Amino acid sequence: MRRSDGLFNQVDWLTILLYGLLILFGLVNIFAAIYDVDGTTSFFSFSHNAGKQMAFIAVAIIVATVILTLDYKIYDALSYPVWGVFIFFLIIVMIFAREVNGAKSWLELGPFRFQPSEFTKFATALAVAKYVSRPTFKMSRLKDAFILILLIGVPTLLIIAQGDMGTAMVFSIFILVLFREGMSPIPLILGIASAAIFLLALMVQNDFYFWIPTAGITILAIYVNRKSVKRMIVVLSIGFMVVGMYQSVGYAFDNLLKPHQQNRILVLLNPNADPLGAGWNVTQSKIAIGSGGLTGKGYLNGTQTKFDFVPEQSTDFIFCTIGEEQGWAGSMILIILFTTLLLRITQIAERQKWRFARVYGYSVATILFFHFAVNIGMTIGLFPVIGIPLPFFSYGGSSLISFTILVFILLALDANRMQRLAH
Amino acid sequence: MNRSRSYIIQGIFVLVSLLFAIRLFSLQVLDESYKAAADSNIIQQEIIYPFRGLIFDRNNELLVANKAMFDLLVIPKQVRVEDTLRFCNLIGISKTEFNEKINKAKSYSYVKASIFIKQISLEDFSSFEDILDEYSGFVLQPRTTRSYSFPILANALGYISEISKNELSKDTSNYYQSGDYIGKSGIESNYEKYLRGQRGKLYKIRNVRGIEKGQFKEGKYDTLAVPGLSITSTIDRELQEFAEKLMAGKSGSIVAIEPSSGEILSIVSAPSYQPGLLTGKPFSHNFKVISQDTLKPLFNRPLMAAYRPGSIFKIVQSLVAMQEGVINPFTRLKCNTNLIGCHNGVSHPFGTSENLVGAIKNSCNPYFYQVMRKMVMQNVEDSPHKDAQIGLDKWNKYVKNFGFGSPLGIDLPGEKGGLIPDSKYYDRAYGGRAWHYSNIYSLAIGEGENLVVPIQMANFTATVANRGYYYTPHLIKSIGENGKPLSKYLQKNYTGVDSTYFEVAVEAMAEVIKSGTGQYRAKLKNIEVCGKTGTVQNDPNPDHSVFIAFAPRNDPKIAVSVYVENAGQGARAAAAISGLLIEKYIKRDSATLYFEPYVLKGDFE
Repeated sequence: MRRSDGLFNQVDWLTILLYGLLILFGLVNIFAAIYDVDGTTSFFSFSHNAGKQMAFIAVAIIVATVILTLDYKIYDALSYPVWGVFIFFLIIVMIFAREVNGAKSWLELGPFRFQPSEFTKFATALAVAKYVSRPTFKMSRLKDAFILILLIGVPTLLIIAQGDMGTAMVFSIFILVLFREGMSPIPLILGIASAAIFLLALMVQNDFYFWIPTAGITILAIYVNRKSVKRMIVVLSIGFMVVGMYQSVGYAFDNLLKPHQQNRILVLLNPNADPLGAGWNVTQSKIAIGSGGLTGKGYLNGTQTKFDFVPEQSTDFIFCTIGEEQGWAGSMILIILFTTLLLRITQIAERQKWRFARVYGYSVATILFFHFAVNIGMTIGLFPVIGIPLPFFSYGGSSLISFTILVFILLALDANRMQRLAH
Repeated sequence: MNRSRSYIIQGIFVLVSLLFAIRLFSLQVLDESYKAAADSNIIQQEIIYPFRGLIFDRNNELLVANKAMFDLLVIPKQVRVEDTLRFCNLIGISKTEFNEKINKAKSYSYVKASIFIKQISLEDFSSFEDILDEYSGFVLQPRTTRSYSFPILANALGYISEISKNELSKDTSNYYQSGDYIGKSGIESNYEKYLRGQRGKLYKIRNVRGIEKGQFKEGKYDTLAVPGLSITSTIDRELQEFAEKLMAGKSGSIVAIEPSSGEILSIVSAPSYQPGLLTGKPFSHNFKVISQDTLKPLFNRPLMAAYRPGSIFKIVQSLVAMQEGVINPFTRLKCNTNLIGCHNGVSHPFGTSENLVGAIKNSCNPYFYQVMRKMVMQNVEDSPHKDAQIGLDKWNKYVKNFGFGSPLGIDLPGEKGGLIPDSKYYDRAYGGRAWHYSNIYSLAIGEGENLVVPIQMANFTATVANRGYYYTPHLIKSIGENGKPLSKYLQKNYTGVDSTYFEVAVEAMAEVIKSGTGQYRAKLKNIEVCGKTGTVQNDPNPDHSVFIAFAPRNDPKIAVSVYVENAGQGARAAAAISGLLIEKYIKRDSATLYFEPYVLKGDFE
């Protein structure tokens, strides 16, 4: 009893409060998304997504409670086995799964089915935390870096092989975690720079508009560094690399990406190019959100979502329902809730003395951030349409439960942080 | 160092959230276009076409009504036709037509309704309904077309048809939409804005598949169709029917006016067409046939055909000359056939002198040659050319006051003004060379450059009947139930000639019937008719037969002008028709109609 009293006092209630608010807000909006204006839709029915989501929430609460009551050391101890189990599941999925929406990611067990790729996120977070927290770990050592890449890369490649590009992209966010743990910022800067060059290459119509500024900046940089020949050579090489990358993007885009992936990127750059085809989702999603105004059309009064103009309304495009029915005010409440949660989790991570807990904490924050940024970004036309859910909000048992596990393991570790010190 | 990286990471979180907040503010609050886009996504306008106003005759007999027909609309996205060939056979189109129509509809919209087959008659409607039960994606939309109780008055009533692109682009009121029906001619065109009513609109909500999901905002913006105003015409259906019967097989026009009001009792343009031909689905075929007919049935002669007035113009000359004071009723002038030929040489041999009434009665050409000369050559200038210029312009002003030389302003489109020449006209015609009375004397007897349209002659007859004024002739006496005509038809127009002079003209016209040129066929028992014949030269073709008349002499009830083309002397066809119309109108069923067989036979030589 003393132990659970202690746990009750130690656990971070602010995070639990934010988690609870988001889940309730989400549930209410899933109901709005599936609400049928013609009939009488009962909130309490398992025949629709809102009813099912309530069942998932019940399961999530049980899972959360179990996670908090278990001995916190188990997470550290079971990191690698858990990772291994889900890698195994990923392989199983590839062999047995049925294809849904072009991706083989569902594993079916009787009436239940779940998406192992969702759970691989926290499993990989645990494994990375475990490996980085090894006393002998050194980022600059080739072998350590290699194993780290393996821990992240194996699930990523398996998920790509399933055809679920969106979920696979989530794993790229570990770069932010490693950055916090002392990795050189160069990969991060290079990553952002290449993304920028990639977008520029697709947006700029005439190559001269890219070459001339690039040449200008390079010459200026050489002039600034004119005292050191070595630096001048570095600058010049960077200049050539940028132009080279720019030139190769067109080739890569045309030859390496699948047509539907090309479309998603082109549509982002100009959704009006094909508003009834590839641009339909983004166009309709923006219309739904944009028509919400300052305070929205009112709960259950959304027209674009009700009449199916917006696709995947209760899952990936759930934000449209909030945008349309709750307007800018409602959207801001959601964004503030999420930002507060992200900052709170970052602070929790930062206050961990145990490196395992801290690395895991950062993984939680950055994984949630990636979903939040990409999901909302795609609904408002800032990011290509990538099918990943909005954490706690989107309908779906696997995603809800896996995000719950992700957060509550951190809360369990955090609640016990003083005991760890005592060791 | 790593702690500061924590701030960088948190900074990224906050930055992205700020970016979202700004982006959302611009999407949701600043940019209004998404609201419009959302509305156009879900709102489907459904038009309810109003009933067009009915047209009655002066005795409240229904002349023009509406009959139901249907447009077949298609919503391509909802179309489920498993056996296209069977469907095509059932609705009576070919498979290529079907594909063409579907593709046309698709190019307009997949989810909005567009017209598939136009103007399905009520008779075909029920079988279509049965067929459509089996197929989804097709809707029948009720429309109306015109129906006519009597096959008369086609030119005056006009017709309606679908608005053209040209008319649509000229519509400054922005009322019309493609697919609307609009009055194209006649009363339908002139009273379009009263007859058409107001379109109703329902705003329906539809989902992404085009399926209806109820009213938009509980029907807050819905409007009902307002039916058009029914209008009462001045036409006497019975008289009109009789007049058309008399004109059957002839070319020409009849206008009958009630002098005390300017109301047109009958207006005939011959040859004409059956008004029912220009309705519904056969419209385009029939219109092509009718408009290409060499007899020009669409040409509305009473308003558009400009003729030389002929001898009936002598009444005008008499009135003008008396008012100007160049003659008086007792002025006697020699029948000098050296000046101009006189067809009445038999009745007043060479050299006799008639007074004014006698000259009119016998239609003496030399008399009016001299009257016109007195009018034109008033010796106010030394130069005979300048003198003629001044005199002619004076004359022109008088004559125009009778409503000649410009359109009267009847409530039908396309009215012509005819021509009453003035000095400028001849200056231009003679290219600056001096012209004299000898050049223009044909005007004296209604020949020469004078041109009038039949409606003006009828109006002039009514003016004489009224002894000096007229109401502009019109066809509609009431807009809406117990309404009024347009206000301009309630004003008297004075000619500027004293009513005492009109009494002389009336006397002369009465004499014409009693013992003059028109006595024979326009004379009626118990009705004192006043009239004047005209035989309008039309070389090399046979003359036009012209007659104007009103009756009874005191308290006139009807004034008519009759033009029968190429039918010879006015005393024959036109006089007989005038007499018949007057008798029919005044005596109704007790009319004897003695000359009816003569007119119907149509041989006037």
